[in-house]
Amino acid sequence: MSKLGDLGAKLYRGEVGYDFVGKRFVWYGVSILITITAIVALAVQGLNMGIEFKGGAVFTTGKTTVSDTKARELAKEASGHEAIVQKLGNGTLRIQIASLDTDSAADVKRELATGLKMPEQDINADLVGPSWGEQIANKAWTGLGVFMILVVIYLAIAFEWRMAVAALIALIHDLTITVGIYALVGFEVTPGTVIGLLTILGYSLYDTVVVFDGLKESSKDITKQTRYTYGEVANRSINGTLVRSINTTVVALLPVAGLLFIGGGFLGAGMLNDISLSLFVGLAAGAYSSIFIATPLVVDLKEREPAIKALRKRVLAKRAAGAAKGGSAEDEESYGSGEAPQIVAQGRAERRR
Amino acid sequence: MAAPKKGRRPTGAQGRPGRALAVILIAMVALTAGMFLTKQTTPRLGIDLAGGTSITLKAKSEPGKPDAINETNMNTAVGIIERRVNGLGVSEAEVQTQGRDHIIVNIPKGTNEKQAREQVGTTAQLYFRPVLAFADGAPAAPETAPSPSASPSGAPKAEGSSKPSASATPSSSATSQGRALSEALKAPAATASPSPSASESKKADDNKAAPSPAPTPSAADAAVADLQAKFAALDCTDEAQRAAAGKEAKPEEPTVACGQRGDAWGKWILGPAGVAGTDVKDAKGVVDPQRGMWIVTMEFTDKGADKFAKITGELATKQPPQNQFAIVLDGQVISDPSVSQALTGGNAEISGGFTQQSAQDLGNMLSYGALPLSFQEDSVTTVTAALGGEQLKAGLIAGAIGLFLVVVYLLVYYRGLSLIAIVSLMVSAILTYTLMALLGKAIGFALNLPAVCGAIVAIGITADSFIVYFERIRDEIREGRTLRPAVERAWPRARRTILVSDFVSFLAAAVLFVVTVGKVQGFAFTLGLTTLLDVVVVFLFTKPIMTLLARTKFFSSGHPWSGLDPKRLGAKPPLRRSRRTGPVTAPVDAKEA
Repeated sequence: MSKLGDLGAKLYRGEVGYDFVGKRFVWYGVSILITITAIVALAVQGLNMGIEFKGGAVFTTGKTTVSDTKARELAKEASGHEAIVQKLGNGTLRIQIASLDTDSAADVKRELATGLKMPEQDINADLVGPSWGEQIANKAWTGLGVFMILVVIYLAIAFEWRMAVAALIALIHDLTITVGIYALVGFEVTPGTVIGLLTILGYSLYDTVVVFDGLKESSKDITKQTRYTYGEVANRSINGTLVRSINTTVVALLPVAGLLFIGGGFLGAGMLNDISLSLFVGLAAGAYSSIFIATPLVVDLKEREPAIKALRKRVLAKRAAGAAKGGSAEDEESYGSGEAPQIVAQGRAERRR
Repeated sequence: MAAPKKGRRPTGAQGRPGRALAVILIAMVALTAGMFLTKQTTPRLGIDLAGGTSITLKAKSEPGKPDAINETNMNTAVGIIERRVNGLGVSEAEVQTQGRDHIIVNIPKGTNEKQAREQVGTTAQLYFRPVLAFADGAPAAPETAPSPSASPSGAPKAEGSSKPSASATPSSSATSQGRALSEALKAPAATASPSPSASESKKADDNKAAPSPAPTPSAADAAVADLQAKFAALDCTDEAQRAAAGKEAKPEEPTVACGQRGDAWGKWILGPAGVAGTDVKDAKGVVDPQRGMWIVTMEFTDKGADKFAKITGELATKQPPQNQFAIVLDGQVISDPSVSQALTGGNAEISGGFTQQSAQDLGNMLSYGALPLSFQEDSVTTVTAALGGEQLKAGLIAGAIGLFLVVVYLLVYYRGLSLIAIVSLMVSAILTYTLMALLGKAIGFALNLPAVCGAIVAIGITADSFIVYFERIRDEIREGRTLRPAVERAWPRARRTILVSDFVSFLAAAVLFVVTVGKVQGFAFTLGLTTLLDVVVVFLFTKPIMTLLARTKFFSSGHPWSGLDPKRLGAKPPLRRSRRTGPVTAPVDAKEA
């Protein structure tokens, strides 16, 4: 703990730190690889769409001793379709039958009840028309589109357009990775998954916004000094808020992990699990992207600005002059330019006064 | 709301933490009191947590009627469905529109789901059609049910009421049936009745470029033969056939149809519709006090009364089964009363063999039969009370675990500071709970599983706000400030971060809430609510408490367990300390980025 606090302090003062910005191309590469993998997985395997997207019925029985193979036979007999049967942790069965229309599902339910020797009232039925999942998905897409437009506008106003663009790219990156993982692992996509995905939107951005906020503050009067380039300041800023980023991510993930654990261990399947699974994957991706992708992207966009370019020139020129006198390089830190600054401590404090 | 304001001076809780705390305390007390006063001490539970059935209907857009799905029609449909469902004796059923074209029907547990579903109905097109022929749906089944009869209301008609209908005609006598049927079908063409002739064969292979307005005998015969072939082939005990039988029928053409007669299935050939469901003004299942039996009374609109008088006048002169008219709902015969006289005056009653249930059901179907729109079932979810309870339990346990993990993490990392976070979380929880309980009554908010998920996810969002603030304070202490100025200086910056990020979260929730239906909406609502509450709690509780505690020795001296120990945080002696040792009460010059 004290070590952590100490590390926090060192990070804050820029005594230690990881060169996120300087090594950005490594992480861009990693992300592009992951994204390509995700897209390939999507194209080749596709998503395992749940029953809600095909139309059909999901029955959840009361506690029963009937084996799942037996139940599968029963379900096939009753409906004439292949059924997927899972035995859940609490002794109940989950029976999925695709392409069963909502009208005939009632009869299937009755026959299942007879076959499983339990009253019909003990069987939960979830009957879905074939267009239901599609509608949810369509509405989700609509929501996604509307949200992205609004968020870009808002971030452009609150910060600047470059940050808005970077945040948007990071967001798309998070979603792609999450969907890709679903395709790779073959997790079932349900309306719950869609909900989780949509929540990632808010959350992934939340994280990015926290980092950008620090960046905006530390680069406020950047052109009035000649000590650091924009990239270096951005890197300092990421390192300075690293503890905060890690903490907010961990704290956001903990309840979701609780949900996942309970959903998986206690109920076996269902809404809780679906939401928390996609949230978990998406949150992790979001935390990663806000640090490794979003901020370096801002730097890349910013470095094209004439003023920032000029600053870079000035800083490098000054360093070249100072290098003749010899600077104190710190080994664990290399800034974007590859050269270490001479004084690291009080840049921020001074600017604030 | 959350556009970061530049150079705004910190206000509100700045100098008077007591006032802000008082506000939030009063709010908490008021909400809690309101909860107990209105006896809404628990949030209303959704179907998936309490058990019951939830049906999502989607209005189908009909070709040629692009504007049919509008608010007025949707609301009419909601009214009709609501009365129908609640007509079952389900008093708690909720019917509400969601989005532009969805209707959600929630039926709490303890009701007959199947009946409810039938009552909700996907489409409801009600017609009165003359019966032309009748046979058992399953030839082997003996016929037991007597046919009811229709009579002018108020005139007891004991002799017709228990008269069994025409005995089942075996299919072998199709010839005699056929003759009668042909006559019946040709009759409209012979008379000068304005009803469209029934002879336009549905078969398009009539080698005619245009259908002739006057029916040729051959065309009529073809239609008859076609109908008879259909009728003979129809097996009403088969569900698929039953569903398909009357579905495609146009009201102005004769058709075959299935229906239930007592416990058996019957099949009919029916003439063109004489009266539509829209012509029925009102219908009820009531007890006839004189005969002490259940009957269904019908009241027609003026136009409907004329039509009904006409059709019954025609039917009354015929032989069974052609003196019956069939009440056809969605292509299925729900009743086929016989007629012995023309029923004029716009009132009629159907009697014979009703139970209370069947009389009321028929009454319901007659009065609310014709929905302005047709609907399809998008999803039907039935949850047993047992599973509901289990899911609720799981959700609560998950929430408790999540909360516990967050608290432990905060304790380890922030030590004394985490107490503030934990108490703030508790305040948030109390506010969330009381609001949810109150909103159940106020706006019909029901806590469903996704909403529980939303609340659990929100624990993280809420705790994040504290972390943002605490980290800021620590940064200020690292700069070498003492606690009190650190708390005040950290606030404006933390506030901006909290507002911006919460605004993004809220935006996501709001967009979700607007564009989605059903489960997703519950989730979005909770997320939005908790995000708003997060802002309220941080502003009115966490910050003022922080200000107050900064005055205590434990925190301000940087006790090792306070989580604010300058040594631990690695504070460096500041460069220009003299600049910032003024009293806290001085307005802090918050230079915001």
